Amino acid sequence: MKESAGMGRGFARRLLRNRLAAAGGAVILFFFLVSALPGLFSSHEPNRIDIVNILRPPSAAHPLGTDDLGRDVLARVVHGARVSLKVGFVAVGIATVLGLLVGLLSGFYGGWVDAVLMRFVDMMLCFPTFFLILSVIAFLEPSIWNIMAVIGLTGWMGVARLVRAETLSLKERDFVAAARAQGAGDARIILRHVLPNTLAPILVAATLGVAGAILTESALSFLGIGVQPPTPSWGNILTAGKDNIEYAWWLSLFPGLAILVTVLGYNLLGEGIRDAADPRLKGR
Amino acid sequence: MSESPRWAVLSSIALSLLLAACGGGKPEGAGKGTPVSDVPAYGDAIVEGSIGDVSGFLTAVTTDASSHEAAGYVFNGLVRYDRNLKLEGELAESWEISPDGRKITFHLRKGVKWHDGLPFTSDDVMFTYRRMIDPRTPTAYGEDFKQVKHAAAPDPHTFVVEYARPFAPALASWGMHVLPKHLLENHPDISKSPLNKKPVGSGPYRFVEWKTGEKVVFDVSPDYFEGKPYIARVISRVIPDQATMFLELKSGGVDIMTLTPPQYVRQTETAEFRKSFNKFKYTASGYTYLGFRLSHPFFKDRRVRQAIAHAADKKALIDGVLLGMGQEATGPYKPGTWAFNPDVKKYPHDPGRAKAMLAEAGWKEKGGVLEKDGQPFEFTVLTNAGNDARSKTAAILQQNLAEVGIRMKIRTVEWAAFINEFIDKRKFDAVILGWNITPDPDQFDIWHSSKTGPKELNHVGFANSEVDRLLDEGRSTFDLEQRKKAYFRIQEILAEEQPYVFLYVPEALPVVHHRFRGIAPAPAGITYNFVKWYVPAALQKHKIQP
Amino acid sequence: MLRYIARRLLLTVPLLVGISLISFLMMHMAPGGPIGAGTDLNPKATAESRARLKAYYGLDRPLHVQYGRWLGRMATLDFGDSFSPDGRPVAEKIKERIPITLTINVLSMGLIFLVAIPVGVYSAVRKGSLFDRISTVAVFTGFAIPTFWLALLMMILFGVKLGWLPISGISSLDHESLGAIGKLADRAHHLLLPVLLAGFGGLAGMSRYMRSNMLEVIRQDYVATARAKGLPERTVVFRHAMRNALLPVITILGLSVPDLLGGSVIFETIFAIPGMGQLFYQGVMSRDYPLIMGILTIGAFLTLLGNLLADVGYALADPRIRQG
Repeated sequence: MKESAGMGRGFARRLLRNRLAAAGGAVILFFFLVSALPGLFSSHEPNRIDIVNILRPPSAAHPLGTDDLGRDVLARVVHGARVSLKVGFVAVGIATVLGLLVGLLSGFYGGWVDAVLMRFVDMMLCFPTFFLILSVIAFLEPSIWNIMAVIGLTGWMGVARLVRAETLSLKERDFVAAARAQGAGDARIILRHVLPNTLAPILVAATLGVAGAILTESALSFLGIGVQPPTPSWGNILTAGKDNIEYAWWLSLFPGLAILVTVLGYNLLGEGIRDAADPRLKGR
Repeated sequence: MSESPRWAVLSSIALSLLLAACGGGKPEGAGKGTPVSDVPAYGDAIVEGSIGDVSGFLTAVTTDASSHEAAGYVFNGLVRYDRNLKLEGELAESWEISPDGRKITFHLRKGVKWHDGLPFTSDDVMFTYRRMIDPRTPTAYGEDFKQVKHAAAPDPHTFVVEYARPFAPALASWGMHVLPKHLLENHPDISKSPLNKKPVGSGPYRFVEWKTGEKVVFDVSPDYFEGKPYIARVISRVIPDQATMFLELKSGGVDIMTLTPPQYVRQTETAEFRKSFNKFKYTASGYTYLGFRLSHPFFKDRRVRQAIAHAADKKALIDGVLLGMGQEATGPYKPGTWAFNPDVKKYPHDPGRAKAMLAEAGWKEKGGVLEKDGQPFEFTVLTNAGNDARSKTAAILQQNLAEVGIRMKIRTVEWAAFINEFIDKRKFDAVILGWNITPDPDQFDIWHSSKTGPKELNHVGFANSEVDRLLDEGRSTFDLEQRKKAYFRIQEILAEEQPYVFLYVPEALPVVHHRFRGIAPAPAGITYNFVKWYVPAALQKHKIQP
Repeated sequence: MLRYIARRLLLTVPLLVGISLISFLMMHMAPGGPIGAGTDLNPKATAESRARLKAYYGLDRPLHVQYGRWLGRMATLDFGDSFSPDGRPVAEKIKERIPITLTINVLSMGLIFLVAIPVGVYSAVRKGSLFDRISTVAVFTGFAIPTFWLALLMMILFGVKLGWLPISGISSLDHESLGAIGKLADRAHHLLLPVLLAGFGGLAGMSRYMRSNMLEVIRQDYVATARAKGLPERTVVFRHAMRNALLPVITILGLSVPDLLGGSVIFETIFAIPGMGQLFYQGVMSRDYPLIMGILTIGAFLTLLGNLLADVGYALADPRIRQG
C-alpha cells in the first residue's frame, strides 16, 4: 500500500462522486463567493440606518426586508457571511495549529513529553467547552477577536489527539524508518513524511470545526455576548430576529437558514472527505 | 438578547416596584372583554413574568430589580411614594420635622403585626437602623443612615432621628424595609439569615415558597393593615428570555409583564390581543445619555460638546430605538416631576450648526473627517454588551456623527468589566449609559466635584463651583421652593455645559391581562395600588382558597 | 479487573487537581470582580460600601491563599458561599439545580440511543441508498439548526398555535395539588419539547459514529466468514456485526457529557428551566467566582465520572482488556 493513501489522486474523484458532499462543497463555495464579493449580492450598505423603514417585509427595494433599525437584511446577511465565516476559519485555524503542534510533539517524541501533554489534553477535555467559552468571553470583552481566539483555544484537543494517534502509527511505518536510515532529521521527517499523512483527518476535523464555531458564535449572540452589533454576524442578526419572530419572520428566517445551510454544508463535506480519504470504506 | 433589565441601573433605596414605577400614565384599549359586573371580588392569582431570579428578600442586602420587586410584597417601609410620587406614611402614620430641619419624629401605625403574629414596634425600626450602619451588614445603602447623629425610640410607637444638619434625602431613606427584630437579632449578618430566603414581613402578602430559578409564590395576608388585598396569590415566574416570555403571555402562562417597544408598537396591535390584554404606558424613571470624559482633549471644549448635542438626532433615537415610546431628555430629571425644569437650553438636530460650531472650535474638514492640528476627530464610545437599546443608540449616533465628520467607533464590554475596568478607572473617551431617576432630586454623588475619585459616580469628571454650591443647598433644606430653585438652576448649567448629551427618557410599557380590574394609572405607574386590583368573580381563572 | 479500575481511579486525582487549578486561574485572570456586578451604577453605592463588600468577601487576600482555602474545601464538595446576595453555599445551589439538568440530559441521551443506533446501522447496511442520504441530511440538520431558533419555532407551533404543549418552565401552577401520577404527567408534558429538541440536536454525532463503526465491522473477516457460512443477512448484521459495532459507542457516552452540559445553557435559558446551565450563565454574568468555579469543577467531575464509567463498561465488555 502506498504510504500517502490519504489524499491521493483518486481522492477528488471519490469526493465529487459523493453527491451530498458535492452539494455541501457547493454551498461552501457559494458563501465564499458571497463573502469575497458582497457587493455582487447586495448594493445596500449593511449599517445604513433608515428609521422610516423599520421592520419592513421583503420588497423590491429590500429583497429580504429590513431589520429593527431599517437596515437592509440582505446586505446584513451578505456582510454577516464574511464575519461568521471569519469566526469559523480563524477559530479553527488556531485550534488546528495548536492541535497539530501538540499532537506531533506528543506522538513523535513520546515519553514524558507525551505524558505531560496528553494529561493536559485530558484535563482540558473534561471541561464543558461552552462553559469555558462563556466565562472567558464574558470576562474579556465580546469582540470578534476574542470570540475567535477563545473558540480556537478551547477546540484544539480533538485535533491534538487525532494527530498524535496518526503520528504514533506512522512513526513505526517502513517509510519513516527508511527516511531515518537515510539520515533525515526529526524536523524533516515530521515535515516531509508525518505531516502530509495527517492531512486528511485534520481536514475532516477542521471542516467540522468551522461548522461548530459558526454555531457557537450564534449561541453566544443569543446570550448577548457574541459578535456585537452594529457589526453584522449571522448569530446577532438571528438574535435580533428572535425578538420579532412572529411579527417580522424575515428577520430570523434568512440568517437562520444561512446558518443551517452552511453548517450542514460543512458537515456533509467533512463526512465526504473522510469517506473519500479512506478508500477502505469505499463501499461494501 | 434584547433589553436586559438584569443589568438595569437600579433606582434609589428599597422602594419596591409596588411604589417605584413612575410617571403620568394612560391606559390603552381599556378592557374590552365580555361585559361583567365590575364588582371587586376576592380570589384568583396573578402570574408575573420576570427576567431575573430573586437573589434574596432583604432589600438592604440586594441590589437587583427582581429582588426589590418581590420583597415589596412582603415588607413595608416607614414611608413610601404615593400615586403622585409624594412621600406618604406606610408603617409611619405621620411624621414631623423640627423647625431647624434636623429632627424627624415618626409616629408609627398601631396594631400592625408581623406575619408570624408578633406586634410591630419602634424597636424593629431601631433594630433596622442599627443593622444599616453595622459594618457586618453587606449593604450598599448605608450612606444615608450614617448621616444620622442620634436615633431614639421613646415609646413603642414613636421613632426619632436627629441629623447633624438638615438633610433632605433623609426622609426618603426611611422607605427602607423595616426588619423584624425578633427574627434577626441572633444573626449578625442578615444576608446569611434564613429570613433572606424565607421572609416574614408586615406587607400585603406573605411568603409561601421560592423555587430558585423557577418561581416565587406569595399568598394574601388576610389581616394586612390597609385591608385584605383582593388578589389571593402572586406568582413571579423566572423566564430569562424576552421572546419566550412574550409567547407565555399570549398562551396564558403569564398575566403581567413589561413589553419591549417593538412588542408594544408592532406585535400587540391586533384585535385579538386587545381583547385579552390592557396595555399601559407611562414615563419611566430613567434616562440614557452620551457622557464625555471631560479631561479628554477633544471634549474639554464646551463648543465641541454642544456641537455633538446638535449633531445627535434625538428624534431618530426615539423613533429608532424606542419606536416612538419615549421623549427627549434635556437634563437629569424626569419630565413632569417637581424638580424638572422645562425651560432649559435645547439642542435641536442641526448638522449644519454643529459643523459651524466645530469649525469655530478649530476642527476643519479634510476628506470627510474633521481634523485639528493634524489629528482626526476620532474617538471610541463604550457601552455594555447585551443591552439592545444602548447598542442601537450607539449605531444611530455613529451615523449622526459621521454626517458632521466625526468618526465614532463602538466598543461593547460586558457589564462588570465595563464598570470595573473602564468606568471606575476612567479609561474611556465617551460612554453610552443610563441613570435611574430617583424621586428625590438630590444628585450630589453624580455631579459634585468631590465625587470624581476612582470608583465614584461623577465618572465624567464634571466640576462646576456653582453646581457644587447648589447641590449642597438643595439637599440641606426641606423647603420645596428653595430646593426647586436650586435644582432648576443646576439643570440650566448642565444644559449649557453638556457634560452629558442627554438623549432620551423611555416609556415603561407594562401589559396586564384584561381580567384584572381596578388599575388606575398615575404618575407613579400602575402597581402602586396593587392591593386594590381585583378580578370580578365571573372572570376568575384560578380557584384559590386563601 | 479491580486493579484496572483502581489504576483508572488513581489517574483521576491529579486530573481533578489540575482542573481546579485551571478554573481558578482562569477566573482570576479575568478583569473586574464580583463587586461591580453586585452594586451596578447605583448613586447610593459609595466607594466605601464597595470596599467594605470586598473585604467582607475576602477578595483582598492574596490569590494563593484564596485558592488554597478553596481547594481544601473542594475535597469535601464545599465550594464556599456564593457571592450573590443570598450568600448560600454553592454546593447547595448546584444540588438543587443539577437533577433537572441531568434528567433532561439522560432522557435526551436515551432518545438519541433509541433513534441513532437503528438509523446508523441501517444507513451503513444500505450505504448510498436513498434512506442513507435522507437520514444523513436529517441528522445533520438537527445539528446545524441554531437551537434557540428551532426552540422558538416549536414553541409558537405547539404552544401558541396548537396549544398542545406548555411554552416553558418545568411544571404547571397547580403542580403541587396534583397526585403522584398527575405530577409525573405534568413534568413530562413540560419536558417533552426540550428533550425532543436536545435529542434532535445530538442525533448526528451518535448516528454517524454508529454508521462508520458498522461499516468498519462489516468489512471484517468474521462477518465475511459468517456470511460465507450462509447465515441469513439479518443474523449477520444484528448478531455478529452490530454487537461489535456497539462496543465503541460506550466510550462516546463519556465524551458527550461535556457537550450536553454546555448545551444546557441555551436550552435552559430559552425554556426557562431552572437547571445548572442557567445557574452557570447567571454566575458568569454576575462574576460569582465560587459558583463558577464550583460548576466548572462539578462539570469536569461529571465528565471524569462519565469517562470512568465508559472505560469500565468497555473493559467489562471487551475481553482483550478484561484479561489485561
